[in-house]
Amino acid sequence: MTLIEPRVKHGDASDGTTPSGPLGREIVRTDGPLKVQGAATYALEHQLEGLLHCVIVQSTVGAGRIVAVDRSAAEASPGVRLVLDAGYSLMLRSQPDFFGNKPEGDDYTPFATDIHHNGEIVAAVVADTLEQAQAAAQRVRVEVEFGPVIATHDDPRAGHGNPVPLDKDWGDPDGALAEAPVVLKATYETPREYNVPIEPHGLIAHWEADDRLTIYEPSQWVDGMANHYATWFGLPFENVRVVSPFVGGGFGSKGQALPHSAVAAIAARMLRRPVKLAVSRPQTFTAYGGRPATRQRLKLGATEEGQLLAIDHDGSNETAANAAFIETLGIVTSMMYAVPNFRSRQRIVPVNTVTPGAFRAPGKNPSAFALECAMDELAVELGLDPVELRLRNEPDVDPETGKPWSSRRLREAYAAGADAFGWTQRNPVPRSMREGRQLIGWGMACGTHPVYSSPGEAMVRILADGSVEVLSSAIDMGTGTYTILAQTAADALGVPVEQVTTKLGDSRLPRAPVAGGSQLANLMTAAVHTTALAAREELIALGLTDPNSPLRDRANTLIIADGRIAPPSGEGISIAELMAAIGRDVLEVTRDTLPRKERSSAERLKFFTTLGGMERGTSIPKSRHSFCTHFVEVRVDEDFGTIRVSRVVSALDAGRLYNPKLADSQFKGGIVMGIGMALLEEGITDPRNGRILSANLADYRIPTNADIPHIETISVGIPDYDATLLGGKAVGELAIVGVAPAIANAVFHATGKRIRRLPITLESLM
Amino acid sequence: MMNFDYSRATSLEEAATLARHPGAMLLAGGTTLLDLAKCEVARPERVIDLTRLPGLNTITVGESGATIGALATMSRVADDHGIQRRYPAIAESLLLAASAQLRNMATIGGNLLQRTRCPYFRDPAGYPACNKRDPGTGCSAIGGITRDHAVLGTSDHCIAVYPGDLAVALSALGATIQTNLRAIEIEAFFLMPGATPERETVLERGEIITAIAVPATPLAANSTYLKVRDRQSYEFAAASAAVGLELDSDGVTIRDIRVALGGIATKPWRAIAVEDALRGRRLDEGTVREASRTAVDGAKSHGGNAYKIELAPCVVARAILKAGGIQ
Ligand SMILES: Cc1cc2nc3c(=O)[nH]c(=O)nc-3n(C[C@H](O)[C@H](O)[C@H](O)COP(=O)(O)OP(=O)(O)OC[C@H]3O[C@@H](n4cnc5c(N)ncnc54)[C@H](O)[C@@H]3O)c2cc1C
Ligand code: SF4
Repeated sequence: MTLIEPRVKHGDASDGTTPSGPLGREIVRTDGPLKVQGAATYALEHQLEGLLHCVIVQSTVGAGRIVAVDRSAAEASPGVRLVLDAGYSLMLRSQPDFFGNKPEGDDYTPFATDIHHNGEIVAAVVADTLEQAQAAAQRVRVEVEFGPVIATHDDPRAGHGNPVPLDKDWGDPDGALAEAPVVLKATYETPREYNVPIEPHGLIAHWEADDRLTIYEPSQWVDGMANHYATWFGLPFENVRVVSPFVGGGFGSKGQALPHSAVAAIAARMLRRPVKLAVSRPQTFTAYGGRPATRQRLKLGATEEGQLLAIDHDGSNETAANAAFIETLGIVTSMMYAVPNFRSRQRIVPVNTVTPGAFRAPGKNPSAFALECAMDELAVELGLDPVELRLRNEPDVDPETGKPWSSRRLREAYAAGADAFGWTQRNPVPRSMREGRQLIGWGMACGTHPVYSSPGEAMVRILADGSVEVLSSAIDMGTGTYTILAQTAADALGVPVEQVTTKLGDSRLPRAPVAGGSQLANLMTAAVHTTALAAREELIALGLTDPNSPLRDRANTLIIADGRIAPPSGEGISIAELMAAIGRDVLEVTRDTLPRKERSSAERLKFFTTLGGMERGTSIPKSRHSFCTHFVEVRVDEDFGTIRVSRVVSALDAGRLYNPKLADSQFKGGIVMGIGMALLEEGITDPRNGRILSANLADYRIPTNADIPHIETISVGIPDYDATLLGGKAVGELAIVGVAPAIANAVFHATGKRIRRLPITLESLM
Repeated sequence: MMNFDYSRATSLEEAATLARHPGAMLLAGGTTLLDLAKCEVARPERVIDLTRLPGLNTITVGESGATIGALATMSRVADDHGIQRRYPAIAESLLLAASAQLRNMATIGGNLLQRTRCPYFRDPAGYPACNKRDPGTGCSAIGGITRDHAVLGTSDHCIAVYPGDLAVALSALGATIQTNLRAIEIEAFFLMPGATPERETVLERGEIITAIAVPATPLAANSTYLKVRDRQSYEFAAASAAVGLELDSDGVTIRDIRVALGGIATKPWRAIAVEDALRGRRLDEGTVREASRTAVDGAKSHGGNAYKIELAPCVVARAILKAGGIQ
């Protein structure tokens, strides 16, 4: 028997069949009861003896130089233990970037001397109580020499930006566009968007010894974060422990230790007391960056029949004045449709903003917004149904790499989605459908997300009572990791899922890479599956060979099912009985899915603490992506221009679903966020000083329940074992991609107005 | 947040006496006061809690009118059957305001006195200039982002919108604000910013709202509140209108009408010109739309809020048509 059985079908809920084992079942999330009872302990709820409170002081100007910080009034404030600024703080070593590269310069301080953006940290106060720290923070006097502020890329002084090396070229796009019978040119824009997880950022930093640091901090990547702290403080990786069993959402923003994280750790070190730092909701808008504003110019050339001849894409995104962040805007453009001539260019435009960050399908989401709106415009231009136009350009192989798809079930998605939506009833003429004073629009668009894969590691422990523990440093931010890993282990071991508990979110546990890029479910089910099979092998071997095993010599093969270990025919005994007979308290197995064995421990670590292990497809023979298509109905009030999404049907190809119920929540969550992106979310910045004016959840608008209609999701995926070990593809971020263009296209159909800048608000339709 | 003293008033007289101290602020549901204290706009030295005062939360709906105690919560008033039947605009304006959680906490008295959502007003650290917050410092909004600012009733000193919904309905229905000292017509209660935007109402120091009285009229019983905004819930109005409409027995002639607007002016805005243009006229869509244009007479845009001048007449027209049963 081999350890890995990648092509064994363990059930596939996505094609409607009942799974044979626990994997693929619609099991409710195992962490749900804890959360509703308030028994799930989040980072800032950890109780520590002697805890002090830290409050950060942020700059109130967008650019300039700090002339002086007067700490004296704050230091004299009641309860104050420490006031920190650039002139009075520990110096740290520079943090490596996501790929493990060390930046230039040896030192790092989280406190600014030159101001690059409004809301940059300039000082911090530590006091006995939160209120004392807040009051003292008010008394820190900062003297600033103002500098000129370029608030957004709309400011002409921001200029054209700097090219980044993401050029993609094939064929002769200029020649093809010059000769194309139909050419469409348009520019599309998306605003700054913020992650706004319901659990704001913050941490408790606790130095258990001079060289041992424990951090309680919500994290999408405890191993990566532990590495950040270790580097900052020059500690061995093992001496830092990051604990994050529950995360109240991250949406890309909790993958790194951030400047405020360094502040708390420094304060705790200097005071030798545990320090809690809670970033307030308004502060979260500048303590880290969300999606930068983007601008994309697209030129599409096509035949009269709708065959794409060329795509010319030019994208740019805002970045910080002092750091580069690239929102990969050409990422969907280059792989969605068969096109013989292609060019994509990208620039980044420095402005006075916090460094933008990963946010809800980075790159993919705005990329699809531009491309999918442009395809709709082209369909209108050609008088073709937008689904038909897409079908005519459906590529047989990945147009960028020439590789075959591991699976691409977009045709099935179009058919299933259109059918469930009733798309054939659509009158293509804009403003032709209405109900009373509501103009009705039907629109559609596609989305896609790459399947990334990194190695993972897991431990499986079989305990004396027959119960099973799965341990990994992977995290669950509400996505369902706890549940599907228990299902995976139960499935591979042959025990009931109720018998399995999962422990996650602690860097002392076996390693896991970042929960980002929608990769975690696939890579961790693979790691747990591999480990659980090894544990099963070991248990069976013990059953066959241990001198005290009642099954010894009774059979030359054993099966484990339903928690019992038995010969192919015959009763057998429970796992607990076997464990008792052979006198074992625990059977513990750790395995990983690193590509090659025998790597040095430094190399192993790099796989889990940098993005170095994230296979981006170059050496993989197949092109691996998830796909989806969204059909939406909007109602636009003809007087007010208010837009309500009244129906959404999405058909998604995300391969095999390990738990369709949880996958469905991920899909629906993505669609909800897509509605927010299309109609509501916008970081509004004052052009005069680069200060965000909507730094709270009343003014930074995300959808409420009332904004969300019935959403129907249809899974058209089938297990894709060329994509991942257990046949799943990317789920988490897939469904948001394509929602905003589907809505924009529906708004055009309703009103005849093409809005190319998000969000589409009522005044843009008046 | 700064330290402050806290006292729980046991009688109206005691509350009034305590409230006369400079630096004292009244606390009802706290949804405005605590919010503003957190953004360092409100810096009370002493907070006087009104919530235990007896007898101030009753809702009485009678033949001649309704009296709503100042401490009645928004949700209780919105759920009151008498209010729903005889003053639908009041119930609707409350249900469309804030969120369920806020409505459960917030009181009617506090609601009238909610402060503007002008982002510059709410950010003293970033914007020291705000005449409303710190008289004489200037106005940061003028020349800034003005999407949510007023187009009516503004001055060179302040262009902040009065954000509330309830007061708009009360203006249309001719309510009276009762205090421990006097009764004030709602029209006279709110002040325009002029050169003193820090003064938003005629209330004196130590004056406490005790109740709101609304006369029972046929047009109150046939009233409605229409609120337009990008988000379907939990958002202030881009523009809103409260309309009370009474038709003649012929069912088409407008006997009486009262109209007020929200979300576009520095105070709840009576649209008397619209009322005058429609009284005695036939209720039909053309007439209503024509008359509704006068709702924004004298409006002034500051750039980002220009859309409100276009939007408001549509909202007025649709509210009137809705009250007249024309959907
Ligand atoms: C996020 C958010 C969204 C909101 N959305 C809306 C909306 O869409 N529409 C809307 O209309 N409102 C909205 N509100 C405002 C909300 O309705 C008010 O905050 C609330 O009604 C205030 O009532 P309160 O009892 O909590 O007042 P408090 O905060 O207790 O008091 C407010 C002010 O009134 C004074 N005060 C209170 N009671 C009296 C009294 N009896 N006599 C004299 N002075 C008194 C206080 O001193 C204080 O200055 C929103 C608020 C928030 C925070
Ligand atoms: S509009 Fe009024 S509240 Fe806003 S900044 Fe100007 S003065 Fe202050």
